[in-house]
Amino acid sequence: MIRQDLVDAMVAHARRDHPDEACGVIAGPEGSDRPERFIPMVNAARSPTFYEFDSMDLLRLYRDMDDRAEVPVVVYHSHTATEAYPSRTDVSYASEPDAHYVLVSTRVTGTDDGPYELRSYRIVDAVITEEQITIV
Amino acid sequence: MAIEVRIPTILRTYTDGARAVEGSGDTLRAVLDDLETRHPGIHDRIVDGAALRRFVNVYLNDEDVRFLDGIDTAMTDGDVVTVLPAVAGG
Repeated sequence: MIRQDLVDAMVAHARRDHPDEACGVIAGPEGSDRPERFIPMVNAARSPTFYEFDSMDLLRLYRDMDDRAEVPVVVYHSHTATEAYPSRTDVSYASEPDAHYVLVSTRVTGTDDGPYELRSYRIVDAVITEEQITIV
Repeated sequence: MAIEVRIPTILRTYTDGARAVEGSGDTLRAVLDDLETRHPGIHDRIVDGAALRRFVNVYLNDEDVRFLDGIDTAMTDGDVVTVLPAVAGG
């Protein structure tokens, strides 16, 4: 379950950074499974086929979440030329078993408005499980 | 030489759920070897052969050890080591 404004924020970020991949986190209170605080991150790889949080940004992000008793409820990134489905690379680096991995694809509309493709998955022990998204 | 090591969620299976454990050693390598004696398996999740894994970030206090001496970074009593898997993908 996720708020419409958070979905809109992820889609807008993906469009803004197209054709490079966009990435970020939506933090929420530990144990709540409720995404609340939208945190767009810089893609240090600045690449259309790869994303990585900058290592110092990553440290600040996790310290900040720890201080607020938050966890990364959603980890999102975009695919700019392929569908919104986790790549092999996404699976091999997935390291938050409790997070919802959200993929946004901008392959059809690029930087423009229009219909979007946004899907959510759990990635645990290299197994991808798609989950239904309820937007409220 | 007491070093606090902060453990990310995905590696807490090796620490009985503990978010931080204590290690000792005068280099990062020695601290990770020391952790392995009490938390078997954790070492190889952080280290690949002789170096740190590319997609695991290790910080000494506020610095990424890649910009220090990597796995040979010297430790001082009271230092805090933070382990964070990279958030990355394709």
